[in-house]
Amino acid sequence: MTTTLSRRDFLQTASATVAAALVIGYSPRGALAAASATGGDLTTNLTPFVKIDTAGQITVLVKHFEMGQGTSTGLPTLIAEELGVDLSEVAVEFAPSDVTRYANLLFGAQGTGGSTSMANSFMQYRKAGAAAREMLLAAAARAWNVAPSELALSNGMISGAGREAPLVDFVAAAAAMEAPAEPVLRSPETFRLIGNPNTSRRDNAPKINGSARFAMDVQLEDQVVAVIKRSPRFGGTVVAMDSSAAGTVPGFEGAVTLPTGNAVVVYARNTWAAMQARKAVAVEWDFAEAESRGSDEIESALLAAVNAPPAFIAKEGPGLEETTRRVDQAAQTVEAEFFLPWLCHAPMEPLTCTIEPTANGVRLHDGCQFTTGAHQALAAVLELPMENIEINTLYAGGSFGRRATMTADYIVEAALAFAMSDRSRPVKLVWSREDDLAGGAYRPAFAHKVRVGLGADGGMVAWDHRIVGKPIFKGTAFEQAFVHNGVDHSSVEGVSDTLYGIPGQFVGLTDFKSAITVNWWRSVGHSHTAFVMESMMDMAAKAAGHDPVAWRLSHLAGDSKDQRRLAGVLRLAASRSGWDSPLESGRSRGVAAHKSFGTYVAQVVEISRDAADAVKVERVTCAVDCGVAVNPDIIKAQIEGGIGYGIGHVMRNEVTFDNGVVTQSNFPNYAPLRIADIGAIDVQIVDSSEPPSGVGEPGVPPAGPALANAIAAGGPRVTRLPMVNNGVRFA
Amino acid sequence: MRFRINGRQVEVEVAQGTPLLWVLRDELKLTGTKYGCGVASCGACTVHVNGTPVRSCVMPAESLADAEITTIEGLDSKAGRAVQQAWAEHNVVQCGYCQSGQVMSAAGLLGANSSPGVDEIEAYMAGNVCRCATYQRIRRAVARAAEILEEENQ
Repeated sequence: MTTTLSRRDFLQTASATVAAALVIGYSPRGALAAASATGGDLTTNLTPFVKIDTAGQITVLVKHFEMGQGTSTGLPTLIAEELGVDLSEVAVEFAPSDVTRYANLLFGAQGTGGSTSMANSFMQYRKAGAAAREMLLAAAARAWNVAPSELALSNGMISGAGREAPLVDFVAAAAAMEAPAEPVLRSPETFRLIGNPNTSRRDNAPKINGSARFAMDVQLEDQVVAVIKRSPRFGGTVVAMDSSAAGTVPGFEGAVTLPTGNAVVVYARNTWAAMQARKAVAVEWDFAEAESRGSDEIESALLAAVNAPPAFIAKEGPGLEETTRRVDQAAQTVEAEFFLPWLCHAPMEPLTCTIEPTANGVRLHDGCQFTTGAHQALAAVLELPMENIEINTLYAGGSFGRRATMTADYIVEAALAFAMSDRSRPVKLVWSREDDLAGGAYRPAFAHKVRVGLGADGGMVAWDHRIVGKPIFKGTAFEQAFVHNGVDHSSVEGVSDTLYGIPGQFVGLTDFKSAITVNWWRSVGHSHTAFVMESMMDMAAKAAGHDPVAWRLSHLAGDSKDQRRLAGVLRLAASRSGWDSPLESGRSRGVAAHKSFGTYVAQVVEISRDAADAVKVERVTCAVDCGVAVNPDIIKAQIEGGIGYGIGHVMRNEVTFDNGVVTQSNFPNYAPLRIADIGAIDVQIVDSSEPPSGVGEPGVPPAGPALANAIAAGGPRVTRLPMVNNGVRFA
Repeated sequence: MRFRINGRQVEVEVAQGTPLLWVLRDELKLTGTKYGCGVASCGACTVHVNGTPVRSCVMPAESLADAEITTIEGLDSKAGRAVQQAWAEHNVVQCGYCQSGQVMSAAGLLGANSSPGVDEIEAYMAGNVCRCATYQRIRRAVARAAEILEEENQ
């Protein structure tokens, strides 16, 4: 990542963004480069995050898209902190597609996911801000003939040695300077912005007054809207298509089978016309290779597989036979079979993107989550050189993992729709909510079977854990990184690497085969493994006669940092929730704790039951340890949202199939969490000086099992989801 | 077809049966009003018709010839401004895609009832889905907006 760029290359890059007087940034290895449009040398790899124009406007380039998780506030916070300006003074732009500058340092590609945005940007953005500050101070020091150490930059002004001037006065001189190799970062005691609980989101105003531009809002001159008629069963192909009946729909412009042979694209002058015309297009399908099973059959197959010998060993422990023997011979056995259904991400903004022709290529307008993947997919489908493709990243109306897929699915659809047109007009692909719910890329359904052996003293002696589900990474470009000895890490994470000290744990895995497409879904494997682990820990505690919090703490008693941090949030959540205090009549509590994406989260859910036994989630108490809390209120918001996402899905959601056809069509039958479903959420953030870790996903995993444990504390133990179809009624 | 939208008389050509939502978004380029479900189940498309929140995705445009339509872009009522202020104070938004609809519904609620209780807030806002689950902040922000209105009236 230290390639030398010629000055000419840079100027092309600079002109592709905006003409800037100072562009500054840090490479992953810490090499710094600065360059000026009017002078100055570019000597090394450039990863520009800060631009200051000649009018003094500071702009932060945000390399991670904004889906609500707060990157467009968080990354500018780091720059503003180090630079010494107010957050409100910096403008925010989403970075263009350029993997040499804007790669996620944990991926090696430009993209957002795995709750890594702050974790991988924290030092990189701080260093970029600090370098800019040092260069501006050095330029001022030279101009005033004083030592840089006498000067300070604050609120856009440079002052010291009895003088003061706006930083804009020194931008040109700073841009011509050699950048410092190792700028000095502010020490945490002097932070004004990092850790400030009163920071306002930078995207508040546009999202409150309707001016925020999402990909769905792209309205280009002469654009055509494309909707896709996909096979009603996964794996079906087009035999014949007849669009003659669509001819009467005003605005209909044509329909054609995609070269992939698995869908038909319908073009129209506007969105409504496209949706109406699609209804009139008749397609004959070949379902020979398609998934045609019903949900009962799929569930039975998963449960049969979880009761058969596993195909792969995720954690050997004492070995399969020895573990089985220990459980069989234990004084007490706690056993349960779990079924967790297929789930859809269903972000508020249905999938959409627009491909606009440019002089020598195309421009993609998208709430682009996996930028490098989208860029490569466009180049491949449209047979264009990478440099002739631009990506304009817009706000994304949620994602929860859906906008990044291994196959860049909807971006490829848009590219194909564009390729099949005359390429003279922008093509805007729009998914309806019905497309979204039936469109696959689901959280795969999983079956777990767990048998825990307890000794005569109540202590755990063995844990036999079997898992079956369709793997996410196997057979994709990510296989090498995430699949080892046949085990897809995403199928077992949260079980085989549990932080609990469990003597003798065996984890076996079998893959489920189906044409149903799967994807990472907010918290990935933890979305099912935490439910099972935390339900089983509760059941084991009960069987052993222990309090669920005390039982967990007794299995986190080691001195590893991991165990201490998880125990820490568990104690905090328990005490904040009044775990040891008596409950009002009709109420019960449940607890769960889980580490995911480097972050430790514990939650206590308190529920009530009315006279008719209907359950209401009254309040949730949560403690989170995510290292340094950069924007505490955004962290709280992410955890609140993760809790809602986790609880809403275990309450009511599943994707089911009738002879392979998805049953759910829209929000009425994929019932989302609504305002009255969940009471107040209290989130406590643990003070920490550890490096920041993720917060977008880690709130999700403990929420479902904490609710299940609260229900089990005064009623049935739910091991099949969703709860509403398995004996639980909600008020 | 002629409409009165955000205080302005507009004339557009639309096919019979086109919902107001698509006239706003695709013809008038008023994209603050969002498409989320198309079946009046999520509230992202909420606008005011004669001051009352409606789901524009199921409202045929031709039924609105004489109506006064207000979208998020034209929201300028006392209640609307109070809601927007409270939303910012509480950092309600996350992805933000549902928030135009949430703001329009909350403004509708406070326009009709300037000091709603929690149950009334939950009942009124039940039709507005937020997949980011910003609900507890919405509850607090509506209550805060009511407070702002009360302060203004003092």
